[in-house]
Amino acid sequence: MGIRIGDKAFDRRVEKGLQDSFMRGAVTGAQDRLRTGRLNAAKELGDWEKWRTLGKEIRQHTLENLDFYLQQLSEKVANRGGYVFFAETAAEANQYIRQVVQEKQAKKVIKSKSMVTEEIGMNEMLEDDGCQVIESDLGEYILQVDDQDPPSHIVAPALHKNKSQIRDVFREKKGYQKSERPEEITRFAREQLRREFLSADIGVTGCNFAVAESGSISLVTNEGNARLVSSLPKTQIAVMGMERIVPTWEELDVMVSLLCRSAVGQKLTSYVTGLTGPKGEGEVDGPDEFHLVIVDNGRSNILGTEFEEALHCIRCAACINVCPVYSHIGGHAYGSIYPGPIGAVLTPLLDGYENNKELPYASSLCAACTEACPVKIPLHELLIKHRQKIVEEEKRTEALERIAMKGFEAAASNPSLYKVGSKVAPLAMSPFTKEGYVTEGPGPLKAWTRSRDFPAPEKERFRDWYRKRKKGGGEHGQGHDS
Amino acid sequence: MGKGTIHNRDAFLHRIADRLGRNRRTDGVKRPEWSQRPQWNVFKDYTSEQLLDQFKKQCEAIHTDVEETTGELLPKMVSDVILRYRGKKIMTWNDPRFESFGILSYLNKNLSQHGAEVQRWDEQRSREENIRLAEKADVGITFSDITLAESGTVVLLSDKGKGRSVSLLPENYIAIIPKSTLVPRMTQAAQEIHRRIENGDSVASCVNFISGPSNSADIEMSLVVGVHGPVRVTYIIVTDR
Repeated sequence: MGIRIGDKAFDRRVEKGLQDSFMRGAVTGAQDRLRTGRLNAAKELGDWEKWRTLGKEIRQHTLENLDFYLQQLSEKVANRGGYVFFAETAAEANQYIRQVVQEKQAKKVIKSKSMVTEEIGMNEMLEDDGCQVIESDLGEYILQVDDQDPPSHIVAPALHKNKSQIRDVFREKKGYQKSERPEEITRFAREQLRREFLSADIGVTGCNFAVAESGSISLVTNEGNARLVSSLPKTQIAVMGMERIVPTWEELDVMVSLLCRSAVGQKLTSYVTGLTGPKGEGEVDGPDEFHLVIVDNGRSNILGTEFEEALHCIRCAACINVCPVYSHIGGHAYGSIYPGPIGAVLTPLLDGYENNKELPYASSLCAACTEACPVKIPLHELLIKHRQKIVEEEKRTEALERIAMKGFEAAASNPSLYKVGSKVAPLAMSPFTKEGYVTEGPGPLKAWTRSRDFPAPEKERFRDWYRKRKKGGGEHGQGHDS
Repeated sequence: MGKGTIHNRDAFLHRIADRLGRNRRTDGVKRPEWSQRPQWNVFKDYTSEQLLDQFKKQCEAIHTDVEETTGELLPKMVSDVILRYRGKKIMTWNDPRFESFGILSYLNKNLSQHGAEVQRWDEQRSREENIRLAEKADVGITFSDITLAESGTVVLLSDKGKGRSVSLLPENYIAIIPKSTLVPRMTQAAQEIHRRIENGDSVASCVNFISGPSNSADIEMSLVVGVHGPVRVTYIIVTDR
């Protein structure tokens, strides 16, 4: 799949998202639930700001000493009999994985959810080689059965599909005969996939956090598929982004505590699994052979730059779940496997501005993302930095751009204005406005607008920018709708 | 066990050091004193009774049944829960704690009249045979090595007789929890593992933090309990051990 999904131009992706009312309803509902879950979990835990500060300190220290911790990790894995491969590029990572698959003469690979394997396009590579690759996360499995529909959310990949669509996909492709009830669909997937787990030659997992001190990798899941992937096949390949590491188990505790709450509002997910090398001596299940592939694929270019904090991301999607732009255009509109605010920051860094220069503008700069981030990545500031760079690089100081930046500076320099700005999220309001007044606000505004009409924020920023640039014609972002 | 291999490391780590604008660091890095330690304030100074209350409360939230019993009555309780699940094929860890509580002999004696049979994970048997038996079992039973009050979690450390599949493949899972294994949260378990590593002990190849049955909300965000792992879970707390 690679980092980019779909080949439609940004305009058309956005248009498609805006017109898909089921998807938008589903997305808004999911955002509400996940956001509420996160807020409740943070409140119940208490000291949330201290936790966030601690999370940030840990990420910062680890990234500042990344070479040290990766060295320690690799030595510990090797001491336990594991094989470590450092891959500078996606191609190198894939080549190594292909080699393992060929050595094992593997015909079937079963996977648990892993964003980085999607980023490097591992599935396509293996399938081209004639190896069957099966996704076992329920959401990913649904997408795979539906002719490789791309994911639209990093935690809930099939968010854009409703249950009757899913039932139809299983009916058509897998001979499913029962109802659209999620329980029955899930039961069917369990039975289908259990056979695959038992017969797969190789299991591929991602890695939420590696632990340097012991050479462990951790997997944070609810469905149990990652446990099956790492217990049943004789060979396991874990693929990790190079920044996904903590010094010791003590920091693992903190990061996992932040991740589970921020992602799904749970104290811990049903399974948090720490795996160290292949199965131990005398043990029966677990892999005989363990491979760890550590992937750079453009990440090191972010180190030491003003965007370094983007590498602090722990992939919880809290920023996605509060983003008013995401709720309107949906995940696919970003054209990247990493959608939402973090996707708009990360995708241009990993894939270049060329095909992604609209993404930093897919934001109202309301700063809800920054406020939600459990490790305090200043996401909206990084988006502004992207815009500045894009403008600088292209020397394209259109009037529109100047106005947009000025508007933001003015708002940002006035705390009360800024606060209103971040609560109001101008872009998000437009579908709810009648003659310039907000009559039915989404999310946090709902209660308020019930009792009063709120003057609509000036129609600025994204939608406006988007319309204007559309009229202006295909100066950039031309794509093929094929 | 042989030592593994490491490929392409030096160029990779040198590039990172370059980007960070300094020489490569190969040793001497110490974790700083973090400015915050909020994890140690959770359930601080709680008695074991208070921790137990927290634990039970959390189990309701994670769709997990809880039973309390004494060491003496544990075998009967295990048997009762198995019967409630209508279990016919039972698989347990090969773990001396089962013997010391007299669980196996009780089950063998008591369950045969219900047509149920008990298998043990057996490191002398082949991998395929063990996995086949675990996959056919309808109830899997293990002990908890460490138990977390905050999240309703049992921590399982893999070992020869302590196969990963026992708590994973059967539809019903029973965890036996000696009350003495109860700690406030993941912090204390992580500290214990960290301490062992610092002492030069090796960490279990698989450390599982299990909090209730498997679940998913991937279809329209509606919660389905029971996906790839167990569908139903009961924790049996042994209050006097």
